[in-house]
Amino acid sequence: MARERKPKLAVWKFASCDGCQLSLLDCEDELLAVADKITIANFPEASRAVIKGPYDVSLVEGSITTPHDAERIHKVRRASKVLVTIGACATAGGIQALRNFSDVKDFVAIVYPSPEYIVTLNKSTPISDHVFVDYELRGCPINKYQLLEVVSAFLIGRKPIIPPYSVCMECKRKGNICVMVAHGTPCLGPVTQAGCGALCPSYNRGCYGCFGPKETPNTNSLAEWCKKLNVSRDDLTRFFRNFNAYADSFRKESEAHER
Amino acid sequence: MKGKSIKVDYLARVEGEGGLQVKIRGDEVKEAKLNIFEPPRFFEAFLRGRKFTEAPDITARICGICPIAYMMSSCHAMEMACGVKVEGPLRDLRRLIYCGEWIESHGLHIYMLHAPDFLGYEDAIGMAKDYPDVVKRGLKLKKIGNDLMILMGGREIHPINIRVGGFYKVPNKKELQKMVEPLKWARDASLETVKWVSTFDFPDFERDYEFVSVSHESEYPIDEGGIASNKGIDIGVEQFLDYFEEHHVKHSTSLQASVKGRGSYMTGPMARYSLNFNKLSKISKEAAKEAGLSKTCNNPFKSIIVRAVETLYACDEALRIIASCEMPDQPYIEIEPQEGVGHGATEAPRGTLYHRYQIDKNGIIKDARIIPPTSQNQSSVEEDLTEFVSKNLNLSHDELTWKCEQAVRNYDPCISCSCHFLKLTIDRE
Repeated sequence: MARERKPKLAVWKFASCDGCQLSLLDCEDELLAVADKITIANFPEASRAVIKGPYDVSLVEGSITTPHDAERIHKVRRASKVLVTIGACATAGGIQALRNFSDVKDFVAIVYPSPEYIVTLNKSTPISDHVFVDYELRGCPINKYQLLEVVSAFLIGRKPIIPPYSVCMECKRKGNICVMVAHGTPCLGPVTQAGCGALCPSYNRGCYGCFGPKETPNTNSLAEWCKKLNVSRDDLTRFFRNFNAYADSFRKESEAHER
Repeated sequence: MKGKSIKVDYLARVEGEGGLQVKIRGDEVKEAKLNIFEPPRFFEAFLRGRKFTEAPDITARICGICPIAYMMSSCHAMEMACGVKVEGPLRDLRRLIYCGEWIESHGLHIYMLHAPDFLGYEDAIGMAKDYPDVVKRGLKLKKIGNDLMILMGGREIHPINIRVGGFYKVPNKKELQKMVEPLKWARDASLETVKWVSTFDFPDFERDYEFVSVSHESEYPIDEGGIASNKGIDIGVEQFLDYFEEHHVKHSTSLQASVKGRGSYMTGPMARYSLNFNKLSKISKEAAKEAGLSKTCNNPFKSIIVRAVETLYACDEALRIIASCEMPDQPYIEIEPQEGVGHGATEAPRGTLYHRYQIDKNGIIKDARIIPPTSQNQSSVEEDLTEFVSKNLNLSHDELTWKCEQAVRNYDPCISCSCHFLKLTIDRE
């Protein structure tokens, strides 16, 4: 008879701020219970112990920005039964994908006195540009309850239940007054995927798109509405060009207004 | 024994990616290098062309562990550039959310990243099997710091409620009052934490550091002040770059900072504590004395006690602010951009974080400079390692490797920040 085995979870980091993997340690009430059910086999931010793969679930944080990382992600994929990207960097390239709209050589020269020491790729790209990804969890940062849902779903062997609709749905359910209609504040809520709990509009500010494009986003219509609020072309470009700047629909919309 | 090499390819329990390389020849440590291979992300470059109001949300993404520090240093810098000073209740509330970040980040480092070294565990989860109540206390303490950040900032990682000029929305007095009981529990738990960590075994190791921290005339440094050191620096934040400089070294994607004409320095809890002991609250001073600390601390391994004292202070200070603070009439001050240069320095849990921006008359960023705590501490870490390894060559390879990792973790390094860490190699011949 086969011995009962605890599933193995691994956490991998590429170019990122560490915030999404910190979400796992921020599950203060759930962490010890989770650690009881699964083996945390590779999680350098939290442990010096490393257990060899293969891993049942790998959580990947960060985007690919160096030739070394472009190789390393393939090793991670080979060692993982299920690969889940966590956060805007791994899913859309992150804030560091702002380089994709400029010449990275200029960027290196601005930041580093000895550019020859720096090895970097022209573009910051999502994990799915490099390997097959089983599931993409959105957010900058991710929502820790969505993370628990995704990890439990894959460990049980079912599909994660993560709503693909817009922030507007969450806002209406909360009973918020629309910041765009009532106050004329530009808001990415109509084209951004839910998950944060409509945080920004609840604090009287417009959504700035942490969770990336919703399914079938009508970015062009939103841009037209923003123009009616006297948002300049430069501001429109910046509006769509944030933490999910390289997500397809946001990228196209920001480029449409770029001068 | 003729020689040896200690190598840790990927240092654990630190935020970010880095490694460590120590080269030993005979009885001499030839070189200790902190390799930072965190991929460069070029924040200072892509900030050019963004609006001055965007800097807090964008720079928060440099580090998920201390976003408040990035948001606050950038707000201060932008406000200086625009000739505005945020004072009164809004400033009190900024200090309050900063206390939340200190409690969360220090709680994380003490219980989950550093204590396992002292007790011989690979991680806090292993430690929880033998010390369940201690680890649960640490998690609850950390959670209360996060709850304070959620109340003031909307969420614990990358809060959304901070803006140049203040907040988007401020909670009411009643909502703040809800934090009083949890914070009182956290203050008691921090006191227990100070006692607990003071019982650990500490290597006999001290160095004569130049301590640098933000300096305020009457307050323990968190969110505002000039810059001071124990070797004669006492300047306004706008003079930062006259006294400190950054170098680019080949083994690192992070720049290393030093005091011009002098060399390495240390920033962070030990520096703040040693420069500002008298400004701690009464309960924090007493706890420090009972834990066996004097008014200064020069043993980096004891930084865990200092961190616990600071956690206690942060809880005490948060309670003081909630009890005394008036609520602001407006959540923020409206700020019109003007052409200029602004500087901001605040105390991230792991040390001083400096920002400088140049903006044009429309508020567009023309130039940005960010000097995070870990790049300031990098030389000091390397010097600690050189001296520590020289004095402990008798230790076994595994033991020395682990102690070297611990010596790096003394700094609570945040490599995501500074590359904006860790791989360990000890090479003996």
